[in-house]
Amino acid sequence: MTHPAHPIRPADPAGSSDPATPSSRDRILARVRAALADRPGSTAGAAGAAEGTAPADPPIPRDYARAHVPDDPASLVDLLATHLADYRAHVHRCTAADLPRTIAELLTAHGSRTAVVPPGLPDGWLRDAADVTTTIGGDDITAAELDRIDSVVTGCALAIAETGTIVLDASPDQGRRVLTLVPDHHVCVVRVPEQVVASVPQALPRLDPVRPLTWISGPSATSDIELDRVEGVHGPRTLDVVLVAPDDAEQPGA
Amino acid sequence: MSGTYLGLPSFPDAAHTSTHDTQLRANLTHATHTIRTKRATAINELPDWPQLRTAGAAIKDHTLHHLDHYLLQLETAVTNAGGTVHWATDADEANRITTHIIHTTGETEVVKVKSMATQETGLNEALHTAGIHAYETDLAELIVQLAHDKPSHILVPAIHKNRTEIRDIFHNEMAHWGRPAPDHLTDNPTDLAEAARLHLREKFLRTKIGISGANFMIAETGTLVVVESEGNGRMCLTLPDTLISIVGIEKIIPTFQDLEVFLQTLPRSSTAERMNPYTTMWTGTTTHDGPKNFHLILLDNGRTDTLADTTGRQALRCIRCSACLNVCPVYERAGGHAYGSPYPGPIGAILTPQLRGTTTPLDASLPYASTLCGACYDVCPVAINIPEILVHLRERVAEQGEGHRAERAAMRAATWLLDHPAALSAVERAASATRGLHPARLPLPGPAKAWSDARDLPDVAAEPFRAGWKKARGAGGAPRKDKDTPR
Ligand code: SF4
Repeated sequence: MTHPAHPIRPADPAGSSDPATPSSRDRILARVRAALADRPGSTAGAAGAAEGTAPADPPIPRDYARAHVPDDPASLVDLLATHLADYRAHVHRCTAADLPRTIAELLTAHGSRTAVVPPGLPDGWLRDAADVTTTIGGDDITAAELDRIDSVVTGCALAIAETGTIVLDASPDQGRRVLTLVPDHHVCVVRVPEQVVASVPQALPRLDPVRPLTWISGPSATSDIELDRVEGVHGPRTLDVVLVAPDDAEQPGA
Repeated sequence: MSGTYLGLPSFPDAAHTSTHDTQLRANLTHATHTIRTKRATAINELPDWPQLRTAGAAIKDHTLHHLDHYLLQLETAVTNAGGTVHWATDADEANRITTHIIHTTGETEVVKVKSMATQETGLNEALHTAGIHAYETDLAELIVQLAHDKPSHILVPAIHKNRTEIRDIFHNEMAHWGRPAPDHLTDNPTDLAEAARLHLREKFLRTKIGISGANFMIAETGTLVVVESEGNGRMCLTLPDTLISIVGIEKIIPTFQDLEVFLQTLPRSSTAERMNPYTTMWTGTTTHDGPKNFHLILLDNGRTDTLADTTGRQALRCIRCSACLNVCPVYERAGGHAYGSPYPGPIGAILTPQLRGTTTPLDASLPYASTLCGACYDVCPVAINIPEILVHLRERVAEQGEGHRAERAAMRAATWLLDHPAALSAVERAASATRGLHPARLPLPGPAKAWSDARDLPDVAAEPFRAGWKKARGAGGAPRKDKDTPR
């Protein structure tokens, strides 16, 4: 990992450079260690506390459930659809063969003339959206440019059924975080059942924490005014989630 | 903590005023009851809630007990990921570091994500003095800022304002800060939100510096986590060139896996949702995605003093869900402002006097801003025994010689705060008397019924606080020297 040059050094700008004066870092660490003097087996006073493995303590009790729903792929997809809709995302289902047509219909229904897509969006997803001008949202696209674009179409890293959440991890089919933030309409494609997990505990092991992660549960919302829920203060006001099944999958009734 | 709230009246005096504000009381009652009911539904979906609560408390305790280790691990991880870590012993130092970073960029405007840490340090005022405009971007914080007011609830800071008041604030103030409110703005929440969207988008697109707090910092990876609803957080965390995050040192958790507990308990306790609309996680800087410069300021500001108190340190587990506010009969009547701190309600009553000490009349009165009914402990997703800490802090106040004054003040307040103080005091005594029987419910009539019906009993204090207080006072003794230094 590279270290970009930083104009500011991690030091107290108003502090003394006198090495005899302890830094704020040293003062805080010393206060933490003094505060923990009652802890047998704590790291109090241990100068090399940062080195080595995590401190040994009794293990954290993790007897909570790994999931609260049966681990059956079809019912997980149904639950995901229900929970997405509960928080006012619009849910659509189709097969892989139907995906380009479904996306085109959603863009048309939203009245979109322009759309942005991440550089690695699978070929053909916008094949049927002939009357929509498509921009590739690469490294250089600015927020001001995105502000003039109607819709964004992306994939996702995974979706969580219990909470109705889709997770983006900036992979090539999702792109930079800004793409799904500034346009007012987000079409997000979830491959079912393989991208659906039951629960948060099942989601985390499939994610890389050091990637820029965005978890989305329904569209942007506020309840700040008399607790009335209003969609879309800043993020996209409309979230269309397309659950796309393999072509040979049995489609549930409408 | 900063001087922002100093000079405010003590809790009983402030509460005396606010309990007479019928509009405020009506707004608060509606809000707290609505959230409370929804929350119970959200939590009932998780039959393993008690286990999640226990695990959350255990993770936080473990982290606090090895805080030096995890702080250093975090510092290394953030630095390796391209961030810069600063340490601030107090509010002034955090504000100085922030101001210095901003001055170095040559910018004079910043956009802010709602952050209690920066309210605690009085950052906006410090930046203002340094010629820097700080724009709050959370809708409620925007309302409060435009109204030259202060937040009154952790989760819904403008809950004390109704739609008509908000319309008037937007109409009168927005033009002074940027894009004016549209002509003929109605008081429909959708229209008000749209006005805020337009007003703030202009700022998001132009401002080069973002300031945030964090809900969690992951020591293992250096990842920071912000949960929110509106997307203003995503804007501030993604669009600016420079991001400065000011975070209390207690916000660490050891591993990415530990999020599996808190991402279940926090949203359900807080907004009663299965998951909040947006969660953003970032680790240092990422080429071509998000800010090019990332500064993390680790804030002490009284937290190490709190850590030194073996009873009170559990307050540092708090994940700021605000569930305890919504069940508190005192908060509901007094409102958030009466607590004179960014942290209102039961958590404020124990956290503020620990962070700031108990030397001012306000801070000395806060441990009395409670009926000790225990509802806050019941709902707390990290099982902070708030009543226990309240009693502990009352002893401390009594020991330092504030006892008579604070006790009298508390009793005066109770007359206004509680419709039936005698009945509530009877509840305290009854609860203590039945402690050995461990009843699941207290079948009490009158004002106690509302809560006795809805809750299981926590571990009840061994004796009502007045009895304990008398005993503690009888035990007398010199004021303790270790904790109550002004800071
Ligand atoms: S004390 Fe507990 S209930 Fe109150 S805000 Fe903190 S975590 Fe939530």
